[in-house]
Amino acid sequence: MNGATRIGYVRRPSPLHAARATVAATYGCALAVAALMTQNPILLGGLLATVLAASFAAGVGREITRAARVAALPMVVLTVLVNVLVSREGLTVFARLGDWGVLGQVNLTVEAVVYGLVLALRLLVVTLSCLLVVCAADPDELLFSFRRISPHSALTAALTTRLIPVLGADARRLAEAQRCRPDGGARGARGRLAVMRATVAGALDRSLDVAAVLEMRGYGAARAARGSGRELSRHDVAFAVAGAAVVLIALYASVTGAGSFTAYPLVHLEVSWEVISLAGAMLVVSLLPFLDRRGVQR
Amino acid sequence: MSVLELDRVTYTYPGASSAAISDVSLAIEPGEFCVLAGLSGSGKSTVLRAAAGLVPHFHGGRFAGTALVGGLDTREHGAAEIGRIAGTVLQDPETQVIMTTVRAELALSLENRGHGAAFVARAVEETALSLGIAHLLDRPTSELSGGELQRVALASALASRPALVLLDEPTSQLDPVAGDELIWQLRRLNQEGDTAVLLIEHRLERCLAAADRVIALAGGRVVCDRDPGGFLEWAAELEPALATPGARMFARAGLRPPPTGVKQARAALRRAGLLDGAASGQLTTEAPLRRSRLRRRRTGQTPALQLSGVWHELTRGPTILRAVDLQVAPGERVVLMGRNGAGKSTLLRHAARLLQPTRGRVRSAGRVALLLQNPGDYFLHERVDQEAPTAALETAGLGDLGARNPRDLSGGQRQRLALAIVLGGDEPAAVIALDEPTRGMDTASKRSLARWLRGRAAEGTAVLLATHDAEFAAEFAERAVLLADGRVIADGPVAEVLAGGRYFATETARILDGAGGAILPEQGADVILSRVAAAAARAEGGVRS
Repeated sequence: MNGATRIGYVRRPSPLHAARATVAATYGCALAVAALMTQNPILLGGLLATVLAASFAAGVGREITRAARVAALPMVVLTVLVNVLVSREGLTVFARLGDWGVLGQVNLTVEAVVYGLVLALRLLVVTLSCLLVVCAADPDELLFSFRRISPHSALTAALTTRLIPVLGADARRLAEAQRCRPDGGARGARGRLAVMRATVAGALDRSLDVAAVLEMRGYGAARAARGSGRELSRHDVAFAVAGAAVVLIALYASVTGAGSFTAYPLVHLEVSWEVISLAGAMLVVSLLPFLDRRGVQR
Repeated sequence: MSVLELDRVTYTYPGASSAAISDVSLAIEPGEFCVLAGLSGSGKSTVLRAAAGLVPHFHGGRFAGTALVGGLDTREHGAAEIGRIAGTVLQDPETQVIMTTVRAELALSLENRGHGAAFVARAVEETALSLGIAHLLDRPTSELSGGELQRVALASALASRPALVLLDEPTSQLDPVAGDELIWQLRRLNQEGDTAVLLIEHRLERCLAAADRVIALAGGRVVCDRDPGGFLEWAAELEPALATPGARMFARAGLRPPPTGVKQARAALRRAGLLDGAASGQLTTEAPLRRSRLRRRRTGQTPALQLSGVWHELTRGPTILRAVDLQVAPGERVVLMGRNGAGKSTLLRHAARLLQPTRGRVRSAGRVALLLQNPGDYFLHERVDQEAPTAALETAGLGDLGARNPRDLSGGQRQRLALAIVLGGDEPAAVIALDEPTRGMDTASKRSLARWLRGRAAEGTAVLLATHDAEFAAEFAERAVLLADGRVIADGPVAEVLAGGRYFATETARILDGAGGAILPEQGADVILSRVAAAAARAEGGVRS
């Protein structure tokens, strides 16, 4: 597998990676929260542009767009399709599909398509924001931070995060060994099942090994960890402020009703300079921290 | 106060009918470098786990006696508390690295023990620098090689500056260069930091020169506890399988005391006037270069396996194999050697058609049966006789173990069962390919495997084997191929290739500088005896004249 396109944290020389993990995660989460606070397609479009631009600025754009193609786009299509089929609220019918049994009379409406698209856009922004967190926030640092709140959960998470790649590697090795059998090993679903069964059978031993190492590294006797005592870096401050600003802008739009949008019974979208400015502001505010590239290399 | 003290420790694993260790008493003093020796199943790993506090807390079972680690009784203190005093490195590096980056991995035990950020940062940097892994600090652990992972695991165990380091075959996955580096890093830490070391190692020739003491186990009991020289004297008499090649060579040549390493052996030979000019470090470079010249075999026989100009280039990745030409004749016994990452395993996978060359061609006279590094990966069933046909089990000497669970077999038996699986088809294999088959094996098991493979080769099956173990290669093979950076850099009779180097050479060859092409202790003894005879003849001639 090519590691360059695999989703996961790899330390890169970017301002977002240079920020502490909790700040990078908060920044990504702020973009997701902003998307959940708004329904306006212009603001959501602005947020989508923001997430994509931030991904590329952080050097993880290729991984995120690839993951979006593989996982998020099918989800988007499914969301639109389901909404179009089950929604009964639109008035502008463009296709009558007749009686569909349990679903009753199915009429496809423009409003349902638009609402589905907006819903999917929101889902897409949230998914990409989460992927940005996965790629830019150091999971080890997050685990250490999280441990201060819940040591047992952190232990389980650490064990699981380590065990998954170990078992994955075991499964690959087992599958390769089966190919070395004179008959090439069982193929198809039967072969996969055999490998899976053997992997699961070995999982207990593997988890014992990993747990033994964790124990020896002091997890069982973990003291209340002190605070990191690390000074806030310029990047910590910049991304924390940017995340907060994006949420505030979304909150402002939500409270003032700027850029109101309704899909049913007829589509109504207010396009104003205020909405466009808010979308632009979110984009600019979110990307400003990336301009400062001092101290990004570790 | 001893840093580790076991007093009449007896331990039985849950469900086991007999004790893994019985009445084991030993003490390790601060700053001591001790090697724990013994054949497979002698209880070495159990002693180490008892010292780490994993026995009995983690494994359960029945425990008797007392184990004190830095004064802490392991019955009252668990592995996490013992870990403050004793850092432990186990065999499999994959399960020993928890975090996603090397820096976080090194910080893990320190953070767990509540150290402040400044202390953690400094300890991580210093540990990484002392083990030469500072360049890996920000690398994801998922991208590290086995050797790198093992060094990270060692660094992680050392980061909290334990008074005692416990290591269970840490070099088993490393090439000779990396293995030697690790042993000397341990020695340096031991000398500079007063850290006591308890090391399990099968290849004793690698570590005896660094050790202060050797404790040998047999049947779960301590049978020898002496300095390395005393241990070798004991081994020569009572447990020859534990004697190093140098000691065996000296014993066969009638020389005493047995040497604990190459330096001591050469000094002894020099004093006795048995190192000739060419063998005393004055070799010209011409001889080794001529020996390492690429040799292509051209015989009239149809080859069992032929690789012609094979390249393996990863998409957006490095080139693993570069125009490899290799021809193996039926019944030929060939070893592939080279550093970790040289391309040995990839070459074997190409031979078995698990991979397709990006350029070049692979041809074979029949099926290539490939045994990968972990024999356990081949087992899918609960009974031995469900895994392979009866005839194949008989050939592998496992005919009477049909009802056993494959996972309950010993290391050597597991390997033979995996061989029975890959050889068990209707079509006989033209080539048997093995990837690091001697990893974690004691000398007796290695000899048994070598005998078995020689038997298959005598029947006409070509054997191609990748290994880091020069001693095994010398004993088993007739031809050695040395790979570096995906290229064949030497290909010739095993005596030529293994006698001409420093790292990819046997201990005998290193002691005698490859004189007479001697790579095995018996051959080395013959060389020494011939020099003794020549010296005696010269002396006699001198007296007459």
